[in-house]
Amino acid sequence: MILLASLRRVWAVWLKELIQMRRDRLTFGMMIGIPVIQLILFGYAINSDPKHLPTAIFVEEQTPIVRSILQGLENSGYYEIILQTSDPEEGQRLLASGKVAFVVTIPPGFTERLVRGDRPQILIEADASDPSASSNAISRARAIIAGALKRELTGTLSYLAPTREAYDLVVQAKYNPEGITYYNIVPGLLGIILTMTLVMITSIAMTRESEKGTMENLLAMPARPLEVMIGKISPYVMVGAVQTCVVLIAAKVLFRVPFEGEMWLLLVGVAVFVIANLALGFTFSTVAKTQMQAMQLTFFFFLPSMLLSGFMFPFRGMPEWAQNIGSVLPLTHFLRVVRGVMLKGSEFADVRDPIIAMGIFAIAVSILAMLRYRKTLD
Amino acid sequence: MSAPLAIDVHNLVKRFGDKVAVNGVDIQMPYGQVWGFLGPNGSGKTTTIRMICGLLNTTEGEGTCLGYDIAKESREIKIRTGYMTQRFSFWGDLTIRENLEFVARLYQLPKMKAKVDETLENLGLGHRQHQVADALSGGWKQRLALAAVTMHKPELLLLDEPTAGVDPQARRDFWDEIHHLSTNGMTVLVSTHYMDEAERCDKIAYLSNGEMVTKGTVADIIDRSGLVTFTAEGDGIRELAVLLKKSSGVEHVAYFGSALHVSGMNREHLEAALQTSALDGVSWKEVRPSLEDSFIALMNSSGEDTRMHQ
Ligand SMILES: Nc1ncnc2c1ncn2[C@@H]1O[C@H](COP(=O)(O)OP(=O)(O)OP(=O)(O)O)[C@@H](O)[C@H]1O
Ligand SMILES: [Mg+2]
Repeated sequence: MILLASLRRVWAVWLKELIQMRRDRLTFGMMIGIPVIQLILFGYAINSDPKHLPTAIFVEEQTPIVRSILQGLENSGYYEIILQTSDPEEGQRLLASGKVAFVVTIPPGFTERLVRGDRPQILIEADASDPSASSNAISRARAIIAGALKRELTGTLSYLAPTREAYDLVVQAKYNPEGITYYNIVPGLLGIILTMTLVMITSIAMTRESEKGTMENLLAMPARPLEVMIGKISPYVMVGAVQTCVVLIAAKVLFRVPFEGEMWLLLVGVAVFVIANLALGFTFSTVAKTQMQAMQLTFFFFLPSMLLSGFMFPFRGMPEWAQNIGSVLPLTHFLRVVRGVMLKGSEFADVRDPIIAMGIFAIAVSILAMLRYRKTLD
Repeated sequence: MSAPLAIDVHNLVKRFGDKVAVNGVDIQMPYGQVWGFLGPNGSGKTTTIRMICGLLNTTEGEGTCLGYDIAKESREIKIRTGYMTQRFSFWGDLTIRENLEFVARLYQLPKMKAKVDETLENLGLGHRQHQVADALSGGWKQRLALAAVTMHKPELLLLDEPTAGVDPQARRDFWDEIHHLSTNGMTVLVSTHYMDEAERCDKIAYLSNGEMVTKGTVADIIDRSGLVTFTAEGDGIRELAVLLKKSSGVEHVAYFGSALHVSGMNREHLEAALQTSALDGVSWKEVRPSLEDSFIALMNSSGEDTRMHQ
């Protein structure tokens, strides 16, 4: 009976919030508009196909086959050879300083071993810290080199061409130890969008009551803090669901991101993450006095989420203190879940820990909100 | 033991930082009465009402409201009280109907739809029920708020300046409604700045500077003020007013239509002042001081520093 009465009060708050949400055109538009705009912006960045990337070549021989490979790289438009050197150190220095995006190493005796059928190596070292820039060039490399060799390996050498690749192409993505490719960005974007909109919206929904003076009325009525919190948060769970659908559809249709894992597992992760963010937004609203302050708090939280979660920079590449901060943020754990499930086909056992971490965050923040919730106007 | 009290609070004190908003207020209000809560701006009326219904923690003092402890049992108090805030605090972006429905749901009123329909009917807002509350004029907002806070039939009504900005006809209807609710057993505490409203109350409590200066019936308060009032009529009362305002022994001078009310705390001094500034064509008559005369005297004697600290 008591529970039923309580649920009916939650229902009352829920309905009221839903109506207000629907009527506030600007905020409502923002909830759908932000994911779309972010997808378009990032999608544009992803789809852009950077060419003429500065490249250094470390090569000691100048045989027709080597020349043909270099020619092929340059003709593709992706690689712009700015330096040929026989000093192995120099290429590394340029790569480290960011002056070149690639170092292509053709080892000594390459031609000779190729002709002998020894499958010599070609090494491409890439500055992968900007994966959207380097990934296209890398993915084309094999075809470019194959094309160049095909032209050379005719006549007496044609026996080498059709059987199998006569060389071994090795790609080393440097400065990106986790091998982030642009595929990672779209799932990550789901986390970014949910964090930004949901935290902001809930934190505003509550401070709006204080600012408009309706808080006094709400407090004068017999609704318990937890009932108000659940009633106020739950309409936005639906917003999170809609945003998730938008991003997942875009990931599949527009960006052709593979989906290796199970959908239900992803949705479990999304649900916990959404609740964690909504609870955090509610907590912010118990701290902030005005909607402006609520916004500022949201951004104060959003910035480290974006920078330290592994969305922008590889998580393992960050200094330890930054990793420590990052481990507290729900986005960090969500990225592991969403990237794991979508890209690596992770099972529940693989993503259990990050899901639990998000759950703990949600509970801790909710408790904080309940402690901070003012039952009076003081 | 005496009869149980609807409000029984002792020595309520509320400080906001250094600012003392309420300074030791006692209220013992029996069930079923209508009490007026008066006092200049910033005297602590709103703050006191908020402490009574558990919306503000008290800094000092304790008491009960409807038999429940104001510090510990605020939820029980909230269920049984209707509190109409000074500033309109219903949701402007919800329609009139949605606001009433929200209240009805939160209090879990049975037959919610019928109850809301009936309330709208009584309000005369049936045809506007689907407009957002922000579209209502100030006076209509007040009426909506009163209807909303009485829907769950509270035992105690706390109305904080419910008729501010309401036209005279609506104000009269408002008070008819208050008395109607009161005859049905509701206890009503209403703060107001209007004298005619104060005169409709069973008792008046007058707050100044956070302290309860006086309380009692209208007659009690006028008697206790010890005020002597004369009224003057005729040509030249404007010059007279200017003169009298500066005289010692004159507490205050106020126009009542074409007449002038001159009041003082001491009969001899007042009469002396009137003698010295006598003018031809002006006739004098002693009258019983009005409630307003008494209040202005109260404000002058106790409220001067209130205003300075605002
Ligand atoms: N939240 C608060 N923080 C600080 N000071 C406050 C707060 N609320 C009220 N006060 C101060 O307490 C005093 C009493 O205010 P209160 O609103 O109770 O007066 P009031 O009698 O209702 O006045 P009015 O007739 O203008 O409504 C005022 O000086 C006010 O500035
Ligand atoms: Mg007030």
